[in-house]
Amino acid sequence: MTQTVGPALGMLAELTHRCPLQCGYCSNPVELLKADRELATEIWLDTFEQAADLGILQVHLSGGEPTLRRDLEDLVAGLAARGVYTNLITAAVTLSRERIGRLAEAGLDHVQISFQGARPETTERIGYYRNAHEKKRQAAGWARDAGLPLTVNAPIHKLNIDEVPEFVDLALELGAQRLEIANVQYYGWAYLNRSALMPGYDAVMRQIDFVEKTREDLTGILNIDFVTPDYYADYPKPCMGGWGADAFVVTPDGKVLPCHAAQSIPSLTFDSVTEKPLKDIWEKSEAFNRYRGFDWMPEPCRSCERRDIDFGGCRCQAFALTGDAAATDPTCTKSPFHGDLRRLPPEQPIRKRVIGREKIDA
Amino acid sequence: MPARTRHVVTNLSQPGFPAYVRLQFDELRGRWALLAPEKVYWPDDISVAILNRCTGEATVSEIILDLAEEFEAPVEEIGPDVRDFLQEWSDRLVIRCGGRKA
Ligand code: SF4
Ligand code: SF4
Repeated sequence: MTQTVGPALGMLAELTHRCPLQCGYCSNPVELLKADRELATEIWLDTFEQAADLGILQVHLSGGEPTLRRDLEDLVAGLAARGVYTNLITAAVTLSRERIGRLAEAGLDHVQISFQGARPETTERIGYYRNAHEKKRQAAGWARDAGLPLTVNAPIHKLNIDEVPEFVDLALELGAQRLEIANVQYYGWAYLNRSALMPGYDAVMRQIDFVEKTREDLTGILNIDFVTPDYYADYPKPCMGGWGADAFVVTPDGKVLPCHAAQSIPSLTFDSVTEKPLKDIWEKSEAFNRYRGFDWMPEPCRSCERRDIDFGGCRCQAFALTGDAAATDPTCTKSPFHGDLRRLPPEQPIRKRVIGREKIDA
Repeated sequence: MPARTRHVVTNLSQPGFPAYVRLQFDELRGRWALLAPEKVYWPDDISVAILNRCTGEATVSEIILDLAEEFEAPVEEIGPDVRDFLQEWSDRLVIRCGGRKA
């Protein structure tokens, strides 16, 4: 390998796959891990130490539902002691005022709460959890009372795309600093359920117009981050800021991935923090180096002037739609598969995520 | 909940960091990092000089005077740049201005 590997900046720690909700677009893999596969507290703490040594400045504590880990306070405290910025990504249906207080005391920096809908009935219908909306609102209030800044995360798809304006109202009402309007990415669960979830072109265009205008109107009041729907765009998004460029993911059982969906590419194997030092994995493992930099790129990406901007797009999406993980992301107009992108299978009911089911037919 | 409005930075604003933003020196990379929700900024030397003076107490005029002295530059020259800079970072909600509003 010729390129030098720089320090990593951000880490997504998937502490558990367990979750009280069952969203049909969950970014966890289709084969979910049970609790007995999860790393012990000491291993997470040691991994966080190694991550800080490696240059990690921000850790996103995610899942599944990270607050189901009873040791979350200890993990936050370990990170805070190293000056690492901690962000809790939670569905917030199982939190109490006391727990949030303890997390804040342990040094938590920021909370992100997902809302499956802007209306109670939508939130309940999509996450399959009774009274979820009210619980989330309550948790958001407790977080603000504890002095924690709040991001409202809104995963957008066909069933809630018309609620985007209401998500803005919700974020303002809850006192959030940030609203993340994140159009669902279609791999894993979302890919299985794409015919039920992918919104139509017109609804997407309405959404883009609305968000662009509102973002401007709310400058200095609410930060709106917009994860655009790339399947109606001409070029892909710079997924992860480039493969192995400055961030990685650790799964509940300790595997280190270049992006959270990387396990959907069957030809890749991943090293675990239980077997190797994190620095070795980051700098030397085959999974990171396979698509690092530009040498792996085939045409048309190799000679494209946008390759420094989007790095050829998402490897997982390329694999899901073309069978070749090194192919140009089909969301790019230069991909021969671009036309297939919007061809959907016949509509089916949503398959809910379940832990431990043997096989799910694609 | 207090009504939320965009803060317009004036000489009387008192810029400071909200609890969720941290400016810290990164030993490994040998430069300052500004940590905010889901973002890391890498301010240059001049930006760091301004940001390090955002205590929540000092007013924008005091900050400008202080910078003018340290960098031996006329107040009229750096004043507008400093105000624009602070407005931009206030709009990103990375800086919060308390105190007297003009
Ligand atoms: S997307 Fe839904 S089901 Fe998946 S972890 Fe988040 S809240 Fe749980
Ligand atoms: S050809 Fe490759 S590098 Fe060029 S825009 Fe498309 S995906 Fe990006």
